[in-house]
Amino acid sequence: MCTTCGCGSGEVKIDGDDHHHGHEHVHADGTRHSHDHAHDADEGHDHAHDHAPGHRYAPVHSHASLAHSHAPGLGAKRMVQIEQDILAKNNAYAAQNRQRLAERGIFTLNLVSSPGSGKTTLLCKTIQMLKGKASVAVIEGDQQTSQDAERIRATGAPAIQINTGKGCHLDAHMVGHAMEKLALADASLLMIENVGNLVCPAAFDLGEAHKVVILSVTEGEDKPIKYPDMFRAATLMLLNKCDLLPYLNFKVDAAIEFARRVNPGIEVIQLSATSGQGMDDWLAWIERGSALAAEPTAVAAEARAGVR
Amino acid sequence: MHEMSLAEGVLQQIEDAARALQFERVTAVWLEIGQLSGVEVEAMKFCFDAVMRDSIADGARLEILATPGTGWCMQCSMTVPMSEVFGECPQCGSHQMQVTGGTEMRVKELEVA
Repeated sequence: MCTTCGCGSGEVKIDGDDHHHGHEHVHADGTRHSHDHAHDADEGHDHAHDHAPGHRYAPVHSHASLAHSHAPGLGAKRMVQIEQDILAKNNAYAAQNRQRLAERGIFTLNLVSSPGSGKTTLLCKTIQMLKGKASVAVIEGDQQTSQDAERIRATGAPAIQINTGKGCHLDAHMVGHAMEKLALADASLLMIENVGNLVCPAAFDLGEAHKVVILSVTEGEDKPIKYPDMFRAATLMLLNKCDLLPYLNFKVDAAIEFARRVNPGIEVIQLSATSGQGMDDWLAWIERGSALAAEPTAVAAEARAGVR
Repeated sequence: MHEMSLAEGVLQQIEDAARALQFERVTAVWLEIGQLSGVEVEAMKFCFDAVMRDSIADGARLEILATPGTGWCMQCSMTVPMSEVFGECPQCGSHQMQVTGGTEMRVKELEVA
């Protein structure tokens, strides 16, 4: 991405659109230039600059000699205080998203899990059950293909696919762009299905109200302590595929105990998107959150009406 | 966790600072990395060198300031040291712990020329 994420800047596509970002370099001689670049994961982030003819700064660009020298004559060394969070840029975009969502009373959930936990099936089922009750829009994150967005659209809900390319998580900047493209209704529900990955999405705030972590009972019950950052970042854990419990050795109590060890305050709902068990609890949880999120809009609307 | 992304974030901040504060070379970078931040220091050092190459911080020395993990034990009602996010209270053995410190990932300061 363009700001904090190093895992594949030129590769991000939001529903088919290339999302290219350049970055600016300040060189040792004080010149600056910007460029776009893409790279393969195996190349790392070390990229060669092509300073072939046509490069604006080519004549004064003593990259190789100056930048690599620590020779005297470069001026006295001094200390500069930065004191900034490494994720500050992402967090700033996230704060912007959160503000935009709050102003419109949109309740936003960031759904995170390993691949194959049943996120998309759960989303489809949730949308079907909310039909006529709430307006739902979905942002889908995957490395490749728009298959998930198509599955969501088949339920009638608007969905937009972000392909992160080689990226392992969604970031707040991509989500901000996707929000612009989706026609979000006031006081609606926005579900963001993150890339299936229990590691990196934990650190990237997207501007959501809550992270919801989905653990399916076909996985190990010790996942919460194997991937503690994600379970610590989540407000709610959905224990999915509970209809399969009779066929498995999964210990529900142990899974919940592990999750609470990492995050004593985490809420837990046991459900199955396939059989429908527990879905009412999940929908009730969403409804409570939506009502809270929509409140400021109602107050704002009243205030507007009062002024008139 | 994803040290490559984080190293890119560090470079971004260095480049922003270079524009704002008018410096041309960075010779050392101090990062504050909490024990509970999920950042692998060795991986960070590796990624840092790769990401800084060809930038104004090419070859810069990386110094890591590790901050200890601390948590609030709900049983003991006090702040205690924590070595893992799912750690137990060294006083009472409870897991009813809320992390209170050691999750920092900050660019502290730079040595510039």
